[in-house]
Order: sequence, then structure tokens, then C-alpha cells
Amino acid sequence: MNMMSEATLEKAVDQKMNAVPHKMIGKDVSVYYGEKRALFDVNLNIRENTVTALIGPSGCGKSTFLRTLNRMNDTIDHCKVTGKITLDGGDIYDPAIDVVELRARVGMVFQKPNPFPKSIYENVTYGPKIHGLARTKAELDAVVEQSLQKAGLWNEVKDRLHESGTGLSGGQQQRLCIARAVAVSPEVILMDEPCSALDPIATAKVEELIHELRANYTIVIVTHSMQQAARVSQRTAMFHLGNLVEENDTDKMFTNPDDQRTQDYIMGRFG
Amino acid sequence: MSASLLFLLVLLVGASAFVMGRSRAMATAGGKLSSLHSLPGYHGSYAAIWALLPSLVVLAVWLVAAPPMIDRSVLFHLPTEVLNQGNAPAQLALGQVKSVARGLALLSDAERSALDSGSINLRDAMGAKGIPLAGAGEPWMIESATTFNRMTANSHLAMAGVVLLLAIGGTLLALRGISQRFRARNRVEQVILGGLILASSIAILTTVGIIGSMLSEALRFFASVSPMEFFFGTVWDPRFAAAGQAGQAGQFGLLPLLAGTLYIAFVAMLFAVPIGLFAAIYMAEYANSTVRSIAKPLLEILAGIPTIVYGFFALVTVGPFLRDISGQLNGLVTGNYASFIQAQSVLTAGLVMGIMLIPFVSSLSDDIITQVPGSLRDGSLGLGATRSETIKRVVLPAALPGIVGALLLTASRAVGETMIVVLAAGVAARMQINPFEPMTTVTVKIVNQLTGDLEFTSPQTLVAFALGITLFAITLCLNIYALYIVRKYREQYE
Ligand SMILES: Nc1ncnc2c1ncn2[C@@H]1O[C@H](COP(=O)(O)OP(=O)(O)OP(=O)(O)O)[C@@H](O)[C@H]1O
Ligand SMILES: [Mg+2]
Repeated sequence: MNMMSEATLEKAVDQKMNAVPHKMIGKDVSVYYGEKRALFDVNLNIRENTVTALIGPSGCGKSTFLRTLNRMNDTIDHCKVTGKITLDGGDIYDPAIDVVELRARVGMVFQKPNPFPKSIYENVTYGPKIHGLARTKAELDAVVEQSLQKAGLWNEVKDRLHESGTGLSGGQQQRLCIARAVAVSPEVILMDEPCSALDPIATAKVEELIHELRANYTIVIVTHSMQQAARVSQRTAMFHLGNLVEENDTDKMFTNPDDQRTQDYIMGRFG
Repeated sequence: MSASLLFLLVLLVGASAFVMGRSRAMATAGGKLSSLHSLPGYHGSYAAIWALLPSLVVLAVWLVAAPPMIDRSVLFHLPTEVLNQGNAPAQLALGQVKSVARGLALLSDAERSALDSGSINLRDAMGAKGIPLAGAGEPWMIESATTFNRMTANSHLAMAGVVLLLAIGGTLLALRGISQRFRARNRVEQVILGGLILASSIAILTTVGIIGSMLSEALRFFASVSPMEFFFGTVWDPRFAAAGQAGQAGQFGLLPLLAGTLYIAFVAMLFAVPIGLFAAIYMAEYANSTVRSIAKPLLEILAGIPTIVYGFFALVTVGPFLRDISGQLNGLVTGNYASFIQAQSVLTAGLVMGIMLIPFVSSLSDDIITQVPGSLRDGSLGLGATRSETIKRVVLPAALPGIVGALLLTASRAVGETMIVVLAAGVAARMQINPFEPMTTVTVKIVNQLTGDLEFTSPQTLVAFALGITLFAITLCLNIYALYIVRKYREQYE
């Protein structure tokens, strides 16, 4: 190892990473809210079984881009998306595609924990029931246990599955939301600042969870915390004023970014 | 000086107090506004309040209290033979004296001296001024009337003096108190608070007063008809006592009316709830902002139509329509064209009342549905649920307690609704379950019992208060329960 120069090492890592197939491909993605343009021809590929972090100053369009990936923008009046986004090669904005099915494949965890005012059990079974993934009581029980296990919440709530999900602590609620998303067996999980409402300990748990989930899922996470992006992600994309400034391996991004604006942002010089 | 002129003057004093207070505050600040505790406007308002509040209160009290006092003292000075005749004649005499007093003020000096010398009599003199007198008029009346006029004039003068003095005194007092550190802003705040409290206590006290008077009248009713008979009686037959048979009591059974009230309200809710709720769901969840901005006001206009219009609509359109169509239907099926729905029926009243209630249901439910946090919807949609699944499984369950509350509020409107049922439900107090037949309601019977030229002494009329208080109790319970539910639900998201 010592023999190799730093540059060669980087290259080797890069090649390894580049070998990973692209789960989702965004080509010339632009988003308009009415007259206002929020994204400008963004080209960003999401690699399979990789955690991709989206960073950038507030209002730069991170959430907007994230929401284009499972068409949550459809719920906003006057929001228009142009360009092309594919999931496993299929255009997700194809009129023939079923949005509901897309969202089952590309799940989402929101900034503020938003458990339904139902029991923990019902929160987790919500998705599987809708999609008919599990029907019998035994199947549902199994889904609940697996999902809560994956979300690292099982031990904390296994004795109170039928109490309200809103009665949990903020961190537990957020992990419940992750369990809820996991329960429908998505392929991609989108997370919009999932830790911004949590304390450091709960944040650490969620980050650990993201690490584990990476083996089976493709994850895209928006975060304002550089440390978090550095800790959890392998790829990082930097947005500024609706443009994708730079996309790179996380290690490179935080040590030696290509773009001056990335450098400035990471050093805390603006944003 | 007339009261209105005085009022204007006081206002004028108040306005100048405002101006003076403001400029005085500016003067003490010496051009540096920041050295004042309160902005000059507050000092001005403070002075104006001191000028207006005490003087206007005194003015109001004086206007209310002085006339009865003058009446009393004039009454005492009537000749003893009049006073000895008892209270009613004395009051009558006082009334005449006051008429004369009004007339005397209109007489010219020449007429007045003619009257005093006796060359024309009092009645003619008054008649010439357009003031009719019941009797010929006695000489002492002129004397009393003169006293009355004099006292009134004195009272007015004193009032004007006191009120103006108070206004000016208040102004001076307030102006003297103005200094840089004076907290005029906080004082003005206190006065505003006082005003608000006064307004709300007036509202509350009025309600209490109404309930009190209803209760006491209802108790008078229960003195002659036992509560058992009223609350559990199954026959409503109040029998307006015709001349000569005053002894006949009649039966006052509440149950047939209550049954009709609840039945019609139930039918109305049957129409209003599904339609109103679906409309609300559409508005809150599906309609885009353009549709919403047009449809919401339209629904609100529907809510603003006076209920008498709905009643009219029921009477001339819906009732006959239902009757005719039922005849046609019957004819198609059995060959007999007799209509089985009567023009005035539970169905007619319920249907029209239901239409009236739709906007209430929809706008109340709309508010509640939109209160459900958007994050819950996003959560559900993000899991791949369709819109209607989201509504059915997340939004409505979350909004349910609030919607139940809204429905209870609507039900209490349905129970208390009057004009539609008066025109569309009929007046027959019957206990039956056929929705095609007429039934009647508590409100209809209250109207019935109180229509005409009546005295509030017999059970036939007093029963209206018992009915009213019963109705009030029902709607009050519904409302309280509804508010309780709605409030509990609100806490969930706050
Ligand atoms: N629903 C909307 N309607 C109109 N404009 C919107 C809407 N949502 C976002 N925008 C605009 O689009 C731009 C990008 O917003 P976006 O929410 O994607 O920013 P962000 O990078 O996620 O910011 P933050 O870090 O503060 O969450 C902003 O200028 C914002 O004002
Ligand atoms: Mg955002």
C-alpha cells in the first residue's frame, strides 16, 4: 500500500466505484415551480447499493431534486419537471408508468418524523397492506418484526406494538418512519434531512442504520451536516442555486474537491 | 341644550384633548421622540379617554335616570284628590300632565296668556298644537306641567354643566400627568382591555338573562302541568280554550314533537352528511386552487340563503314534486295513481333541510380536513398509497373526531331549525315512522302556540317556554359535546 502513490490509490478506488451500476439516472433534469425555475439541467446518477449525499446551501434545490426521484413533486400544484429520470432504465416520467408503483419502489423518509396517528404496528403494516405484500396475520407480524429489526427499533418497541406511533420519542419516530418505508421493500430510499429534528444520540442510531441498510438498498440522503455526509455516504453531490456543482466520491469531495464553490461551502465560507 | 348637541360638544373636547395631549407629549420630548416612554399618539389617546370616558358615562346615566326622577317628584305634587284615587289614575294624570307640558312648550306668549286668563280652554289650546287630550283638562295640570317643564330644563342645564365640566376637567388632569416617562401606552392598553371585557360580559350576561327568563316562565307552566305529563306524555293536544270552556286543560305531551324533531333532523343529516362530506373531501384534497377559489364562495352563498327561502322552496316546489312523482311511480307499479308521499312530509322537510345543511357540513369538515398536517399525506403518498387510499386510511381517521364534532354542531342546527319545518313538515303532532307522512317538530309547535293575540298566562302559551328550554337543553348538550370533541382533536396536532 505504501508503495502506491496517493493518486494511484484514488484512481483504484474510483474505478471500483465506477464499476457499480447506476440505479437511477437523471438527465437534464429541470424543475419549475410556476414561473420560478428551481433546478437547471441537473445530470446526476445514483449508484446501486450506495449512499449518495446531496449537500448545498439552503434553497439550492436538494429537496426538489430528491422529490423528483419518486415524483412527490406531482403533489405540488404548478410544479413542472423536464428532462429524463430513469429507474433501472425505465423512464419514471413516462405517462404509462404507475406512480403508485414507482413510490413503492422508491420510498421516502421525511425531514420531520411523520408517523401516522395509529399504532406502531399499523404504521409498519400500512404499506404492505396497501400493496398486498402481506395478507395473513402471521405474514404481517413477520413484516413488522423484520422491518423494525432493520430499523433498529424492535427491541425498544416490541412490547408496545399496539400503542400509538406518535407517542414515541422523536428519534424513535424517525426510525419508525424508516421501518415503515422499509416494510414495502423498496429498492431506493430517499431521505430528506432525516436527522435534522433529532438529538446526537438518535442521529448516531439513524446513521448506523443507514450504514446497514446500504447493503440491500440504494439510499439518497439530503443533509446540512458535512460531518454526516462524510460519515454515511460514498458519493456526494453538491448543489448551488439550482445547479449541480460537483459530484464525486465522498472522500475526495471532502479532502480535495474539484470545484472552488464546493471547497468554499465545505469550509463554511458561504451557505 | 339638547343631548345630541352636548354629545357633539363632548366629542369635540375629546378630539382637542387628543391633539393637545399629543402635542404636549411632543413638547416634553423636545424633538427627541425616543426619550418618550410612549409614542405621542398614545398620550393623545390617553387624554382623549380622560375627556370622553367619565363625561359620556355620566351623560348616559343622566339621560336614563333623570326622567323617572322628574316624573316621581311631579307625581308627588299632583293634587291630593288625584293621588287618593289610586295608582292607575294618578299615572294617567301624570301622562296627561306630560302631554300638556309638551304642548305648553309650543305655545306662543299670546296664546299662553290667553290660556292663563281662561279665555280658551286647555283642550282646545293643546288640540291646536296637534296634541290630543283625553279629558277637558284641569287648571292644576297647567301648573304641574309648568313645574315639569321647569324641572326638565333645569335637569338639562345641570347635565350639560356637569358633563362639560367633567370633559374639560378630565382633559386638564390627563394633560398635567403627561411627562417623558409617563406610560400612556400601558394605560391605553388597560382601557382597551376593559372595553373588550365589558363587551364579552354583556354577551354572556344577555345569554344568562335569556335562559333565566325562559326558565322562570317554564316554571310557571310546570305549576299547572306536571313535568311528568309534559316530558313523558305521548299526546299533544293543547286545545286552545275557546270562550266559555276555559276550564279544559288539554294535553301537553312532548314525545310526539321530540320524535318528529329528531326524525326530521335524522333524515336531513342522511342527505347532508354524505354529500357535504364528499364535497369537503373534494375541496380539501382534490380541487386545485382555481376550483377551490370559485366553489368555496359558492358553497358559502348557499349557507347564506335565509331558511325561509328554503322553506318556501320546499312548500311550492319540492313538496308538490315529491307528491306527483310518487303518484306516477305508484301508477307505474300498481296502476293506481294515488300518491303515497304527501306534499308536507318528513321526507320533504328532511330533504330541504338536508340541502340547507350541506354547506355547513362541507365547510366545517373542509376546515378540519385541511388541518390534518400535510406531512401525514406526504408520508402516505411516499409509501405508494393512492390519493383515495391516503384519504380513507390516514386523513379521515385523523380528522374523524373533528368531523364528528362538526356533525354534532350540524345536528344541533337541524334540531333547532324552524322555518323549513313550519312550511314543509306539517303541524300534525303524531308518533309514527312513515317518512312520507307529515310530522311536526318542537319548533313548529312553539311558533303555533305563540301565533295570534295571546296573553302569557295560560298553559297553552306558557308551554312554548317549556318547549324552548327543552330544545335549548338539547342543542346546548350537542354543542358542548361537539366543542369538547373538536378541542380534544385539535390538541393532537398542536
Ligand atoms: N412548493 C414550492 N413552491 C414554490 N417554490 C418552491 C416550492 N418548494 C421549493 N421551492 C423553491 O425552490 C427552490 C429550491 O427549494 P428546495 O426546497 O429544493 O431547497 P433545499 O435545497 O431543499 O433547501 P433546504 O436546505 O432549506 O431544505 C427554493 O428557492 C424554493 O423557494
Ligand atoms: Mg430541503
